[in-house]
Amino acid sequence: MNTLTADLETRHVLVCCGTGGVGKTTTAAVLALSAARLGRRAIVVTIDPAKRLADTLGLEALGNVAHEIPRERWDARGTAAPDGRMFALMLDTPATFEELVRRYANGPEQAQRILENRFYRNIAGALSGTQEYMAMEKLHELHEEDAYDLIVVDTPPTRHALDFLDAPARLTRLLDNRIFRILMAPTRTGFRLAGAALQAFFRTVAKVIGAEVIDDVVAFFRAFEGMEQGFRDRAATMTELLAAPSTGFVLVTSPRSDAVEEAEYFAQRLVESDLEVSALVVNRVHPDFGDGNDAEALTVRAAELASRAATAPPATHDAISRMAARYANLAEYASLGQRERAQLADAGARIGAATVAYVPSLTHDVVDFRALDTVAAHLLSAGDARTRG
Amino acid sequence: MRHVQMEELCATSRVLIVAGKGGVGKTTVTAALATAAARTGTSVLIVEVEGKSGLATSFGVPALEYEEAEVRPGVRARTLTPDHALLEYLEERGLRRISKRLVRSGALDVIATAVPGMKDILVLGKVKQLERAGAADLIVIDAPAAGHAITFLTSASGLLDAVRVGPVRTQAQDVLDLLSDPMRCRVMLVTLPEETPVNELVETAFALEERVGISLAPVVVNSMPGDLAVAAHRLGTDVSTAGLDIAPAELRALTAAASFRHDRHELAREQAEGLAARLPLPQIRLPYLFTEIGPPEVDALADAFTAEVRALPDPSL
Repeated sequence: MNTLTADLETRHVLVCCGTGGVGKTTTAAVLALSAARLGRRAIVVTIDPAKRLADTLGLEALGNVAHEIPRERWDARGTAAPDGRMFALMLDTPATFEELVRRYANGPEQAQRILENRFYRNIAGALSGTQEYMAMEKLHELHEEDAYDLIVVDTPPTRHALDFLDAPARLTRLLDNRIFRILMAPTRTGFRLAGAALQAFFRTVAKVIGAEVIDDVVAFFRAFEGMEQGFRDRAATMTELLAAPSTGFVLVTSPRSDAVEEAEYFAQRLVESDLEVSALVVNRVHPDFGDGNDAEALTVRAAELASRAATAPPATHDAISRMAARYANLAEYASLGQRERAQLADAGARIGAATVAYVPSLTHDVVDFRALDTVAAHLLSAGDARTRG
Repeated sequence: MRHVQMEELCATSRVLIVAGKGGVGKTTVTAALATAAARTGTSVLIVEVEGKSGLATSFGVPALEYEEAEVRPGVRARTLTPDHALLEYLEERGLRRISKRLVRSGALDVIATAVPGMKDILVLGKVKQLERAGAADLIVIDAPAAGHAITFLTSASGLLDAVRVGPVRTQAQDVLDLLSDPMRCRVMLVTLPEETPVNELVETAFALEERVGISLAPVVVNSMPGDLAVAAHRLGTDVSTAGLDIAPAELRALTAAASFRHDRHELAREQAEGLAARLPLPQIRLPYLFTEIGPPEVDALADAFTAEVRALPDPSL
C-alpha cells in the first residue's frame, strides 16, 4: 500500500529528513508538486538547492520570500486538479534572522542595536545551529500565515539530521542555562550574586577564551533583552507543530548502507519523540534487469566464458571475452540488486514506515519538471515501484 | 614527459584535508589515499573529525578512538572531536580542573553556540599541533560532510574578522597560517561524476581558494563506472560467433544491463570532462565498485589511486 498520496491529500506539514547527497531537496520538490497536482496549495521550502533545480523552481532571483510557480510551468499538460497551486521558497538564513529581529524586537532601536552588533554581522550565517533554527522559524511563519494547505520542508544538511528537530529545544536550553542567565543579567548585581566561586570561574573562562570575546557575546545576547519570552513561546509552538497529527516525516535515503543506517537511527529517534514516520523514500535504487537473474549462476557463467576465451582461437576470442564481460556485468548488477533489496526490506520493516517507496537510479539529474514528474510517478505508484531495466 | 609519483604527492605537504559534499565517498578516498601512501613507506596518520564514519569498516577494524591505533601497516588512525580538542586546549593551559566544569555547567555550549567556528578552529588547531610535532609524514583529515566542509575550513578567517585580540584570535591565526601555506597543507576535494556534486565542487574550489587562500591538491572523481567496451559490438553477432545458445529473457537482461552500464559510463565521462574544463586541476579518477567498501576494496582503490597519480603530468603538483 502506498500511503503517500493520502499524506499529500491530508497533511499540513511534511518534513523531509536524511543525510547529505540522498536527494532530499528533489524529494521535497516532488512532494510539493504532487500535492499541487492533487489540488492543494503546496509550498516547498528548500535549503541550498542545486542550481539547476533552483532555476526550475524559479528560485534564482528570489531569496527568502515565497513565490508562486506559474501553473503552465509545473502543469504543462494541463492535467492537474484546478485548485492546485505550487509555491517555492529558498531559505536565506541571514535574511530570516534579520526579519525575525525586525519583527519581534521591541521597537526599531533594539532591532538596529542587534543588527549593528559587530559580532552579529560576522556570524549571522555561521552561528552554529542557526540554519536549522531559521528553517524552523520559517516553517512556523508559513504555518501562521495560513496561506498553504501543505508545507513541505527540506532540512539542512547537518552532521546529525536531528539538529533540525532539536533546534527549538536547544534554544530553550540556552535561554534557561544558569550561566547564560547570569551573563545576561542587566547589571553587575547578577554577577555579584553569582558568588565568589562562580566569579573565579568566569575569570578563568575569560582568560582562556579571551575577555573580549566574552564581552562581545554578552553584548550580542543582551541586545535581545526582552525578546527571550517570545523566542521561548515560539519554540514551544514549533515543538507542538512538529508533534501535531497533521505533520508527517518523510525519511529519504539512498540504498548505500551508511545512508540506510542513518535513516534507521533517525526513525528511532522520531519514534522516541512520538513523532510519526510517514514514509521511507529510497532514491537511486539500481534497476532489476529481469526476474530469475541468479547472481551466482551468472558469475559462474562469466568465469567459464573467461577461461574459454583464454584458450580460444583468435577468430572467436574477442566475441567470447565480450560475452564474459556482459555476463560479469549482469551478475554484478543482479548481486547488487539482491543485496540492496534485502537491506531495504529489513530497514523498512525496522523503521515501520507506512510506505516504502523506491525511485530508480535515473540516467540524468532531476532538474526540470518533466524529471520531477517522472520521480513523482515512481514515488506514488503503489507498493514497490522498482522498475524493470 | 616525466610523471608524478605517489611519493611526491605525499611529500608536497604534510597535511591533506579530504573534503566534499555528503555521500561522495570522502571516507573511502581517505582510506585509499592513506593505503597508497603507506605503500611508499610514508607514515600516515588519519584524523577523523566527524565522530561517526565508515573508516573503521573500510579498514575492517573496531571503531576508532581518540587514542591512535594502527589500522594497516604504516597507517594509524584516530578521532578528533571538538569536545576532546577543547579539553586538550584547556589542559595545555593548566586548566584541567575547570574543563570538566565548563562542560557540565553548559558554559561551553553557550560559548560554542555564540562563537561560531570555535569548535572548528579547536579541531584544526589540534591538527596544526600534530603537524608541528611531526606526528606522521602525512596527516590525512577526513573532513566533515556537506555544507560544513566550507564552514569548517573558512571558520578561521571568519573568526579573525570577529575577534580582535586574545587566545581565540591567536588560535585562529595559527590555523589560517597552516591552511594558507601550500607547503604545509592542501585540500583534496572529492566528487562523484554527477552534475550536482560536480557543480558544488567547482563552487567549493573557488570559495576555498579565494576566501581562505587554500591550495588544492588534485581532485578525486570517485565511483567512475568502468567501460564495458562492448557497445560497438552487436550482442547477436557475439553470441553466434561464440557459439552460445541463450534464452531470450537472458539476452534481454544482458542487453539492458550492458546498456545501463554504458549510459552510466558515458554520463560519468562527460561530467568528469566538464569538470576538467571548468576547474583546471588534475584529476584522480577512481573506479565504481559494486561491493560495499571493506579492506579488499580499499586495496583495489589504492592500486587505482597510485596508477592515476603516476599518470599525472609532472607540473600538475
